[in-house]
Amino acid sequence: MTALKHPQILFASDLADGEVVFLGQAGWERDHARARIARDKEGAGALEAFGKAEIAANRVVDVYLADVEIGADGAPTPLHYREKMRIKGPSVRRDLGKQARGAA
Amino acid sequence: MTAHDPALARPNAPTTTYRYDEFDAAFVKERVAEFREQVRRRLEGSLTEDEFRPFRLMNGLYLQLHAYMLRVAIPYGVLTARQMRRLADIADKYDRGYGHFTTRQNLQYNWPKLVDTPDILEALAEVEMHAIQTSGNCIRNVTADHFSGVAPDEIEDPRPTAEFLRQWSSAHPEFSFLPRKFKIAVTGAAHDRAAIMVHDIGLAIETNEAGETGYKVVVGGGLGRSPFVGKAIRDFVSRADLLAYLEAILRVYNRFGRRDNKYKARIKILVHEKGIDEVRQAVEAEFAAMDRSVFSYDPAEFERIAAFFAPPPYETLTAESEKLRAESVAHPAFGNFVDVNVSPHKVPGYAVVTVSLKPIGGIPGDATSQQMRVLADASERFGFGELRISHEQNVILPHVKQDELFDLWKTLDAAGLATANAGLVSDIISCPGLDYCALATARSIPVAQAISRRFSDLSRQRRIGKLGIKISGCINACGHHHVGAIGILGLEKKGQESYQITLGGDPTFSAAIGEIVGPGVTADQVPDVIEHIVDFYLAERQENETFIQTWRRVGHARFKDVLRREGEDGADI
Ligand code: HEM
Ligand code: SF4
Repeated sequence: MTALKHPQILFASDLADGEVVFLGQAGWERDHARARIARDKEGAGALEAFGKAEIAANRVVDVYLADVEIGADGAPTPLHYREKMRIKGPSVRRDLGKQARGAA
Repeated sequence: MTAHDPALARPNAPTTTYRYDEFDAAFVKERVAEFREQVRRRLEGSLTEDEFRPFRLMNGLYLQLHAYMLRVAIPYGVLTARQMRRLADIADKYDRGYGHFTTRQNLQYNWPKLVDTPDILEALAEVEMHAIQTSGNCIRNVTADHFSGVAPDEIEDPRPTAEFLRQWSSAHPEFSFLPRKFKIAVTGAAHDRAAIMVHDIGLAIETNEAGETGYKVVVGGGLGRSPFVGKAIRDFVSRADLLAYLEAILRVYNRFGRRDNKYKARIKILVHEKGIDEVRQAVEAEFAAMDRSVFSYDPAEFERIAAFFAPPPYETLTAESEKLRAESVAHPAFGNFVDVNVSPHKVPGYAVVTVSLKPIGGIPGDATSQQMRVLADASERFGFGELRISHEQNVILPHVKQDELFDLWKTLDAAGLATANAGLVSDIISCPGLDYCALATARSIPVAQAISRRFSDLSRQRRIGKLGIKISGCINACGHHHVGAIGILGLEKKGQESYQITLGGDPTFSAAIGEIVGPGVTADQVPDVIEHIVDFYLAERQENETFIQTWRRVGHARFKDVLRREGEDGADI
């Protein structure tokens, strides 16, 4: 097992509606708290491989791994502000995006 | 007020805009059907994303940070009330009840679903709108002065020319796969309100010594990673030669423009690397050698197009309205609106109204569907059913009777559309930045909001006078920051959002690219920095001097000094 500098989760966009999704235990999740967390290179590789297959199956687009930190509740929070934004929605419209549903 | 109100039933509602002929209508309809089929094939899996991407981009559909984004063309910024209502209906039915007007006189929807896009395009096609050539390496939506046809300083209405160019460039087989996107802007006035100096081609309508109307052609301007002010390639091209001459420029660009590096592919780089003289020689050689008959100018066709933009049936009115004068005095808030947002009209008794989409603390360029409907109704009640979108992300009502300004103002005020700040420090241009845009390196909207709040006092803004603040969320410069008197560029520095300030940019005929002052600052510090710059300007300016004039007179060093001293005081800038 090769250590990662930070744990990672897999981001993507749903093909049909464009919403940001995360690879979870059993498929794509719209709540990042349910994302599957890769803690080593092998785990990250598995997420990526799954992502590639899902691109090929035309379910998602724009798939990539992002670094996260794990909170006390076990949920991942992205390290970079770009992905912090993506798990919520526009910071200038709290009534829109995932935050509007109370998912973040 | 509803669309059925008798007061709206002016004779001959919008007659001042271009209408599709059968060919146009059939073409757009065909494109929608084609895209519907492409979306179907994408969703069922017979097209991969790589195969599909060019098709969706050809229809203005991007994938952004949170969702898809659809960019709708508003040719040279002209909209009818009916079209504006349709934009509102689409916002409600397929989006989140609002739209974003951009610096390219387009409208962007931030939340459409891929599956709905064909229906959206169909709804647009019904009102002669589309999203074709709002993306891709083709000639993009042609932009023009938003005061076209009504400005007193106008030599000629640029809309017929813009429409002529739109028809020439739409689905142009040779120019659908250029090295890079290509943007053309036209102005027909003594003052440039279309930023022609920072477009790939800028056209200024001029009259030569023989009294003939033609065009000054400027080439190689542009913002983005490498900003350049365009250079005159020809001082006068007759109308008869315009299309052929532009065709020659595009051919030279298509042949010599760099395709090896996306960042060096714009015509501005060609002009910069080869020099304007060499480019001119190549263009003139092409122009001389080409078969011009294909592009030969048909005066009857130009007249046919121009007829679409004939002036509406104005009434004969006195130049100055007594009613307006009295109401301005009686209602100071209205008086402010008149002073700041109302511009002179070339026809006596009329006025041009700029409706600011920059309420204090608001999101620049956003309009709710409700506001779009209010504007559509207002345009019918007060202005022959015509609207314009400005590259400053505002809406223009181009033909309002001075006598009716007060009623219009009350209507706008009730809809949150009466902010009296057109051209002032809180009339900020801002790209969507990292709140929506997948390319952004930092947010731009919250910075605009913070500055707007800092300068919320409109009387202070009026003391400061005209001053353009422009913000982009990355080097692509969609917010035109390089040509802002104060420009702000959002970048990433050590994992944080950081903002670089430039001063002295100018988007008009005297165009200049702003110069960087001091190191980047945090978002929190931006309003302070802007305030210091503004205070220094106020202290230094001589009577009636604009910010740019003071900057040019006082010199960069002293402006920079102010900020440096601030830094020593611990403001860390
Ligand atoms: C999907 C969102 C957007 C994307 C992907 C995008 C992409 C870009 C890129 C890559 C450039 C640099 C072009 C170059 O220099 O070669 C650019 C420039 C520009 N974009 Fe955007 N942009 C977006 C949104 C906008 C918006 C919202 C506006 C208007 C508010 C806008 C207006 C412009 C303008 C005016 C430029 C100026 C640079 C020039 O052409 O010289 N764009 N954009
Ligand atoms: S300037 Fe950058 S951040 Fe802003 S809209 Fe353009 S590409 Fe996006």
